[in-house]
Amino acid sequence: MYNSTHPSLRYRINWILQGRTRSGERGMPLGQQLLYQLLMLLITATVMYPILWIVSLSFDPRNISRPTTLRLNPFAGGASLKAYTEVIKQPTPNPVSLGRLMLNSLGLAAGVGIASIGIGVFAAYAFSRRRFAGRQVLMILVLTVLMLPAIVTLPALFVLLNKVQVTLAGATFNLRNSLLGVGLAVLSTQLPFSIWNMKGYLDTIPKELEESAMIDGCTPNTAFFKVTLPLSTPVLAVTFFLGFMGTWTEFAISWLFLTDPQNFTLMMALYNMVGQYSESTPWSNFAAMAILIALPVTLIYLFIQRWFVGGLAIGGVKG
Amino acid sequence: MAVIETEPSQFERTKRRRAFFKFINPYLYLVPAFIVMSVITYYPMLYEGWMSFTNYGLKNLRFDAPLPDYVGLANYIDVFTNNLGLSFYNFWHVLGFNLWWTVSNVVIHVSLGILIAVALNRQGLWFKGVYRAIFILPIILPQIIIANIFRNMFDPSYGAINQGLAAIGGLFNLSPALFQIKWIDQVAYPISFIPLPLSYFALLITNVWLGWPFMTIVASGALQSIPKDLYEAATMDGASGSQQFWSITLPLLRPAMIPAAVYGFVLTFNLFSLIYFLSGGGPLRETEILLTIAYRLVNEQRAYGVAAAFCVVIFFVLLTLTLITNSITRATESYV
Repeated sequence: MYNSTHPSLRYRINWILQGRTRSGERGMPLGQQLLYQLLMLLITATVMYPILWIVSLSFDPRNISRPTTLRLNPFAGGASLKAYTEVIKQPTPNPVSLGRLMLNSLGLAAGVGIASIGIGVFAAYAFSRRRFAGRQVLMILVLTVLMLPAIVTLPALFVLLNKVQVTLAGATFNLRNSLLGVGLAVLSTQLPFSIWNMKGYLDTIPKELEESAMIDGCTPNTAFFKVTLPLSTPVLAVTFFLGFMGTWTEFAISWLFLTDPQNFTLMMALYNMVGQYSESTPWSNFAAMAILIALPVTLIYLFIQRWFVGGLAIGGVKG
Repeated sequence: MAVIETEPSQFERTKRRRAFFKFINPYLYLVPAFIVMSVITYYPMLYEGWMSFTNYGLKNLRFDAPLPDYVGLANYIDVFTNNLGLSFYNFWHVLGFNLWWTVSNVVIHVSLGILIAVALNRQGLWFKGVYRAIFILPIILPQIIIANIFRNMFDPSYGAINQGLAAIGGLFNLSPALFQIKWIDQVAYPISFIPLPLSYFALLITNVWLGWPFMTIVASGALQSIPKDLYEAATMDGASGSQQFWSITLPLLRPAMIPAAVYGFVLTFNLFSLIYFLSGGGPLRETEILLTIAYRLVNEQRAYGVAAAFCVVIFFVLLTLTLITNSITRATESYV
């Protein structure tokens, strides 16, 4: 059809339709093209279905408790932000505001993310660059933890952290029942992952860069701080974000450890809005809450996605 | 000639000191991470090993509480003889379901991923970029939130799955009453001769939604690195499209897909959050996996000693799986 149009226009149409143009690329016969389009649209529909459903539920002007009819267009019959304002004020029957929950989750996630790269990058560097006695044994120690999901060490972490209790001026602080304790428990499985992920990336930075820096008078240590560390900024960012994201949506540990609603995280509040606990929660509010939790991490993910897939291919998958 | 014993010269002393610092240097880099991990990872792991031989319970929880009693292998015997105080719990059923759950998911993810990648990489397909942008969504949305959303979507009367099915059924004049499917709670097996409850299929649908795009990305990358001349030569030799798929595309995708499948296998085996949120292991504990049982033992039973024993068992199950999958990955690494 567009084959008869002006070459530059054809180029532009091609660019829009395919995302890129290669000269001499064969087109598809129209019948086949339509068949493939149908298939792709079908897959697109299955991917978009839950997303459209949850978005339109959150904007539903009727602010419904339970949807009795299917509504997939977020703006059909007008949109309202009532669910969002209600959720921001107080998402669950627990007397705690969304701001407080968000602050808890943010602090926890940022803390674990920073600790896991700040402590991990040195070990990652030693494993990647230095040869020393016991290297193999120590790497196996890290790898052993890597295969374990956090829940496997929960019984011991629970009872051990519970023993750390300080009473000061009548106020009792129990490490297990605090965000700090949750952070430590999350870090215990996050740190080995971070070390391994960063080691994988450091392996790809050419050794020659450090060597030439040392010829120019650097000691091995300054070569690390002045050459390798700045070059590993992408993997530091990705590893930080993976730790952040994992902790932001962490549920099992915080649900087990925390009892004071003032310490609750976003995911715990969301769990309170689904299933058996959700009798009084309108689904519009649940939808708004789910979107508010997912949106920030999804947007960051979208930006660093390229790095992430690369980082994963380099670090995480390689066993 | 007499051997003259001398004090080591200044030069030699510095040399020795340098050598010592050079030797100690890598360990200094490791110290921060290993101090932290000793306290919050390795010590708890060892402690858990000890706990698994005791009757650690609520009564021992306070920081000034007495130590629990040594009970020998009793906890392990309870785990394997299904004596955990959880109704309908059967260790071998849980392990078997866990493995089947993993294998069925990975097989579907990988096959769908490859098929969609092949379709998406057809020369001259319109809107490629748009489709790619949409298909990445299940990867970048937080999985645990998707589990929550699908939990509500599978609701019998208010959920979007049944309502959507009813809408499609309406086109064929089927009554909406037919689509009051109890996805999560129905006890009767949907396919009478396959012992899998309906909630397994609900979990499967959700996890397939979540899982195939990653495999498509991996397969797309590998597809683009297959030389075009292979297909041209095959076409000249008269090979059909499906012959080309089976004897060029699939074998050349294998080195990329097997590590991805192993990665997916480990992730799916330990997919706690999806199962805990969506089916809660029900009905009748038929969709419990090892991790959800372990979590229940800590969170509901508060039987820390038994939970520790169960987690030690999980450790050895995972160790076995890791050794097997590692040897598979290594065997395929040498393939190309």
